[in-house]
Amino acid sequence: MATIQVDIVSAEGAIHSGIASMVYASAELGEVGIAPRHTAFISRLRPGDVRVENEKGEQEHFYVSGGVLEVQPMAVTVLADTAIRAHDLDEAAALEAKRRAEDALAGQTAEFEYAKAQSELAEAIAQLRAIEKLRKMRRG
Amino acid sequence: MAGAKEVRTKIASIKSTQKITKAMQMVAASKMRRAQERMAASKPYAQKMLEVISHLARATPEYRHSFMAVERSRKRVGYIVVSSDRGLCGGLNSNLFRRLIAEIKEQRALGVDPAFCTIGTKALGFFKRFGGSVLAQATHLGDKPHVEELIGTVRVMLDAFEEKKIDAIYIASNEFVNTMTQKPVIRQLVPLVPGERQSMPLHWDYIYEPDAHTVLDSLLTRYIESLVYQSVVENGACEQAARMVAMKSASDNAGNLISELQLVYNKARQAAITQEISEIVSGAAAV
Repeated sequence: MATIQVDIVSAEGAIHSGIASMVYASAELGEVGIAPRHTAFISRLRPGDVRVENEKGEQEHFYVSGGVLEVQPMAVTVLADTAIRAHDLDEAAALEAKRRAEDALAGQTAEFEYAKAQSELAEAIAQLRAIEKLRKMRRG
Repeated sequence: MAGAKEVRTKIASIKSTQKITKAMQMVAASKMRRAQERMAASKPYAQKMLEVISHLARATPEYRHSFMAVERSRKRVGYIVVSSDRGLCGGLNSNLFRRLIAEIKEQRALGVDPAFCTIGTKALGFFKRFGGSVLAQATHLGDKPHVEELIGTVRVMLDAFEEKKIDAIYIASNEFVNTMTQKPVIRQLVPLVPGERQSMPLHWDYIYEPDAHTVLDSLLTRYIESLVYQSVVENGACEQAARMVAMKSASDNAGNLISELQLVYNKARQAAITQEISEIVSGAAAV
């Protein structure tokens, strides 16, 4: 029986790697089934199941929240996203990151005071050390 | 001569400090191992993506995404600065910032204005002191950073690039050479640096769904995000390695200090005994 190599990888690590006789995924324009020796094909994925069927007919399910499906005759690669992606969601994340930067630079948050205090403490310790060393040298 | 009791309390306090630094050293060692595993785990994704992207770029030569476009003249460049959230990791962050300052001076001399995105509290604190326009920031990623937490920050930069507010994006982070060595590096992210072009003729092409441009667009954004993610993970490994080394030397120094103080303590104790004996003897002689 013909088989096909399946790799599901995400930015944070490999999710699955193995041999299958059939792979199902929800592509952008509808559900696709990939059999071995499928022609080269590439598509964006919608959030949903990726099912991998092995030679014994057992199915394994993997949930992906989007990504890209790449098919070559002997290999299927799913480049999975680790989060749900949509244009406006990304936009919101960007705005959030901007806001955080403005907040941090404008208002002195408690966290920041802490960091500053810590660095001042480190400086003070270094100065004390230097003084101690000087004293030792004079004595010696 | 210092009192024997004072020296003894001092020794006790240094000993407890040494216990803490030793514990931190061991924690950092185990965290470093895990961070290195994470570093290795993120490689196949970016590798695969690069393959697909370079194929797409060759298959559709008429379409040039702005991220892959030829260099335009530079007036303003963006830096994504990856730092750690916590201190006590030797010169890791300050080495990176020093390298960055040198780079910024060079750019300013060329008339190029820098803008920044910071990842990690240390970088944010640095720019607060140093000054500079920070467009976006992400902090408190923890030991296990997630791509989601970086999307916003990267997006701000990419948007600015597309709107032509900045003409190139660099990423500044530490490279993990080995446990003892971490090297601060600044790499160009956008426009993508073309790798060595394989002059492999194109025998086949994909069936695209919906079309090549859409696929290429979504791939490129993810590719850049994954590069940033990799840098963050690598910087995490560097942080732990640097902390491990710093804590080891701190423990060693504490050990040296303790043995020195122990000598002082012994001398003080001996002096006290000698004094007592001489007092007793002279007292007896007087009688």
